[in-house]
Amino acid sequence: MLTEYETEVAREMQICNACRYCEGFCAVFPAMTRRWVFARADIHYLANLCHNCGACYHACQYALPHEFAVNVPRALAQVRRETYSTYAWPPTLGRLYQRNGLTLALALSAGLALFLILALLLNGALIHAPLAGNFYAVFPHRLLIALFGVVFGFSTLALAIGVARFWQDLAPGAASAPAVIEATHRVLALTYLDGGHGDGCNEADDRFTRIRRSFHHFTFYGFLLCFAATIIAMGDHYLLDQSAPYALASWPVVLGSLGGIGLLIGPCGLLWLNLLRDPVPGDPQQRPMDRGFIALLLLTSVTGLVLLAWRDSNAMALLLAAHLGGVMALFATLPYSKFAHGIYRAAALLKWAIEKRQKEVLI
Amino acid sequence: MPEASDEKITLIPDVLIIGGGNAALCAALAARETGASVLLLEASPRAWRGGNTQHTRNLRCMHDAPQDVLIGSYPEEAYWQDLLGVTEGHTDERLARLVIRASSTFRPWMHKHGVRFQPPLSGALQVAKTNAFFLGGGKALINAYYRSAEAMGIQIRYDMPVDALELKDGHFVAALCGGQRIAARACVLAAGGFESNRQWLREVYGQDAHGEWPADNFLIRGTRFNQGVLLKFMINAGADTVGNASQSHCVAIDARAPRYDGGIASRIDCISLGVVLNRKAERFGDEGEDFWPKRYALWGRLVAQQPGQLGYAVIDAKPLGKFIPSMFPGTQAASLAGLAHALDLPEASFLHTLNAYNAACRPGTFDHTTLDDCHTEGLLPPKTHWALPIDTPPFFGYTLRPGITFTYLGLKVDPTAAVHFGGQPSDNLFAAGEMMAGNILGLGYAAGIGLSIGTAFGRIAGTQAARQRPGGDHAH
Ligand SMILES: Cc1cc2nc3c(=O)[nH]c(=O)nc-3n(C[C@H](O)[C@H](O)[C@H](O)COP(=O)(O)OP(=O)(O)OC[C@H]3O[C@@H](n4cnc5c(N)ncnc54)[C@H](O)[C@@H]3O)c2cc1C
Ligand code: SF4
Ligand code: SF4
Repeated sequence: MLTEYETEVAREMQICNACRYCEGFCAVFPAMTRRWVFARADIHYLANLCHNCGACYHACQYALPHEFAVNVPRALAQVRRETYSTYAWPPTLGRLYQRNGLTLALALSAGLALFLILALLLNGALIHAPLAGNFYAVFPHRLLIALFGVVFGFSTLALAIGVARFWQDLAPGAASAPAVIEATHRVLALTYLDGGHGDGCNEADDRFTRIRRSFHHFTFYGFLLCFAATIIAMGDHYLLDQSAPYALASWPVVLGSLGGIGLLIGPCGLLWLNLLRDPVPGDPQQRPMDRGFIALLLLTSVTGLVLLAWRDSNAMALLLAAHLGGVMALFATLPYSKFAHGIYRAAALLKWAIEKRQKEVLI
Repeated sequence: MPEASDEKITLIPDVLIIGGGNAALCAALAARETGASVLLLEASPRAWRGGNTQHTRNLRCMHDAPQDVLIGSYPEEAYWQDLLGVTEGHTDERLARLVIRASSTFRPWMHKHGVRFQPPLSGALQVAKTNAFFLGGGKALINAYYRSAEAMGIQIRYDMPVDALELKDGHFVAALCGGQRIAARACVLAAGGFESNRQWLREVYGQDAHGEWPADNFLIRGTRFNQGVLLKFMINAGADTVGNASQSHCVAIDARAPRYDGGIASRIDCISLGVVLNRKAERFGDEGEDFWPKRYALWGRLVAQQPGQLGYAVIDAKPLGKFIPSMFPGTQAASLAGLAHALDLPEASFLHTLNAYNAACRPGTFDHTTLDDCHTEGLLPPKTHWALPIDTPPFFGYTLRPGITFTYLGLKVDPTAAVHFGGQPSDNLFAAGEMMAGNILGLGYAAGIGLSIGTAFGRIAGTQAARQRPGGDHAH
C-alpha cells in the first residue's frame, strides 16, 4: 500500500514519463524513463535523487492552473520526509520528523541544560577567573570524550542502519569502481545543483542562480573542517599528548575557525534563500526541519567563534557550555534532522550511478 | 517588471506585439534589440502565457556539420526537400529558404536570451540530426524569453485579448482591446491559429451523416486562447490569406486528455504495436504502415472519420516497455472478452476482429526499431509491419480521439513579413508564427518546423516593425 504522498508521486511520474521534457535537468527523469511502474522503493529512490531545485516545476506545462496539477518538486519533497521518518532507526524515533522544529528545540534545550548544570556542578559557578582558554579546566577531557563518543556513536549507528535498510529496498546490485567514483564526485561537487545547464537552481521565481550551490558548499565543507579540527585535536591529545588550549596557529584552531566561518556564511545564505524561496515547488511542512537544522548549525558556528574570541575571559565556561550544548543537540539529532538528507541522497546518487551503467530493461 | 494589466496604456510604443508565444517573443526581442520601445499584449493570464509554444520541445535547424546538440549535418537542400515532401508542394520556396537559412543562426541568439539546449529526449532519437531540443521544453523556453524581455525593458501586459484593429488603407493605427485603444507606430500580429475556436472548427469539419458535428469531439492539444479572433478580423478586413483553410494538423491522442492543453503527454505511442478498432470493434487502417511519428497525423484524420470520433488501440503484454507509456494507465483485462467489456465495445465483433487479425499474422522476426517482416496476409485492411498475434495477457486498451495541433490558414506575407491587402504590402503591419506559417507549411508537418518559422519570421517582423520608429530607417 502506498501512502497518499507516494501515490501522488506515482501519478505525477506516470504523466512525466509520457512527457519527458525535463529529462535534462537532473537524474530523476532519466531514472524515471527506465521504469514502467513506480513501486514504493522506486518512489523513495526518485524522491531522494531530487534536490528540489524547482526547475521542473517552472518548466512544467502541466503545473497549476492545469488540471493535471503536476508539481514534481513538491511531490518528491513530501515523500523525502517520509523516507527520513520511515527509514529512521529506531523506528519509533522516526516520529521526531513530524514536529522537527520542536525536536531540535528540545534537543538544544537539553544540550544546553546538560552542560550548564555540569559546569555548575563541577565548578560551583558559571563565571570564573580567566582560565587562559583551558576548556578542560571546566569539563574534564574524559568526560567530554565519553559524552560525545556515546552520542555520536549512537547517531552514526542509527544513520547507518537507516541507510542500510534504504539501500536494501533499492536493490541496486554491485557498485563498480567507476560508479562509486562518479557518485562520490557528484556528492562532493554537488554537480546536479548546476541544473543540467550550468545556470543553477530556482529560488523566488523561474530565474536561475548558482548561489545555492555556493552556500551549500560553505556549509558542507565548513562542517567537515570543524569535524576535522575536532578529530585532529583528539589525535593531538592522545597521540602527541598535546592538549587544549591550542595556539592560534595550530591545526585545530585554524581548521575550526575556517570551518566555523564556513558554517556561518553557508547556513546564513541557505536560510536567506529558504526565506526567499517560492513556497509552491517545495513542501511547506518541511520548513521547521530545514530552518531548525540551519539554525542549529548557525548556533554551533557562532558560539564556537565567540568562544574562540573570548576564551581567555571569565565567561569561558558559559560560552563553552553554550557551544557544547549546541554541538550535542546537533549530534544527537543527526539521524532525526535534515542532516539525514545527505546520507539518503548520497545513496540514491550511488544507485543511479550503478543503474545507468546497467542495460536498460524496463521495469 | 511588467506593469499591471489594468493600468491604462498612454505612451505610444514604437512596436506593438499582439500575442505571447514564440513568434511574439521573438518579434518583441528583435524589435527591442534595435532600440525600439515595445509593448506586448498577451490574451491569457500570466499563468497560461505562451500559447502552444508551451507544449513544444524542439526546432528544426539547418547545419552543415555537427554542432553542439546536433549530430551529422542537415544542409539547406535536405531541409528544403523535406519541407517540399511533407507539404506536397504547398509552400513558397522563397519564404521557405529564408526560414531554412535563418535556422542556422537560431541557437546562439536563443542562447543569448536564456534558452538552453540538450541532446534529444529519449524516444526522439530519430530527429537528432535535424532538431535541436531545448532543455525543459517549451515552457522553459517561454520563461527564458519573458525574463529576457523584462530585463530589456519590454512592457508586457497579460489578460489582453485584442478584439479588433483600427486600420487605414492597410496601415495599422491602433489595437482595440476591451474598450481600450492602443495606438502604436507599427504592429506585429503573432496571435496563433484558430484551433481553439469551436465554432470555426465546426465550420471547417462540418456535420456528419448523423447530423453530428465531429469537431465538437476533437481535443485541442494546445492553448484555449488561440481563438483566431484577429485572423478572422484580418480576413474580414480584406487581408490576403494562404494555407489550407479546410484542414488542421490532427493526431490520434488519448481520449482522456483534457479538452485543451493536453500537450505531448496525451500521446499514445503503442498504436503500431497493436491494432486499432472503432466503436463497432472493426479495424479501419494499417497500423503498421510506417513508424508511428510518421503516421500519427494520418490517424488523427482516420479517427475523426469514425463514429463518435473514437478509436481503441489494443495491445497485449508483449510490447510493454517498447513504447513510451501513457499519461494515465491503460484499461487492463486478463482476457480479450474482458477487455471488450471494459472498453464497452461489442464483444462478438471485438473477438471476431481480433481472431481474424491473429489468424492472419504471418510469422516473422519482430523488431520494433525497423520496418520488420511481421505482417498479415489476407486481411483488410492489412497490417504491414509489427504484426504479432494479440494473445498474451494482460491485454490493454487505450481510447483515442482526434487532437488538433494547429490550423493551416494564415495571412499572406512577403519576405519582410508584411501583411498584404489585395496584393499590396502594409507599411507597418506584420505577421509571424502560426498566423502566417501557412505560407511555408500549407499542408502536412515536419517536426520542429513551427518554431523555426515563428523564430525566423518573428525576428524579421520585429526588426521590420522597429524600422517605423522615429529615427528608424523607414521613418522619413
Ligand atoms: C502539443 C504540441 C506540441 C508541439 N511541438 C512542437 C515542437 O516540438 N516544435 C515545433 O516547432 N512546433 C511544435 N508545435 C507547434 C508550435 O506550437 C507552433 O508552431 C508554435 O508554437 C506557434 O507559435 P506562435 O507564437 O505562432 O503561436 P502560440 O505559441 O500559439 O502563441 C499564440 C499567442 O497569441 C495569444 N493570442 C491569441 N489570440 C490573441 C488575441 N486576440 N490578442 C492577444 N493575444 C492573443 C495566445 O494567448 C498565445 O500566447 C507543437 C504544438 C503542439 C500543440
Ligand atoms: S514536470 Fe511537467 S514538463 Fe517536466 S517531465 Fe513532468 S510533466 Fe513533463
Ligand atoms: S526539482 Fe530539480 S532536482 Fe527535483 S526533480 Fe525537479 S529538476 Fe530534478
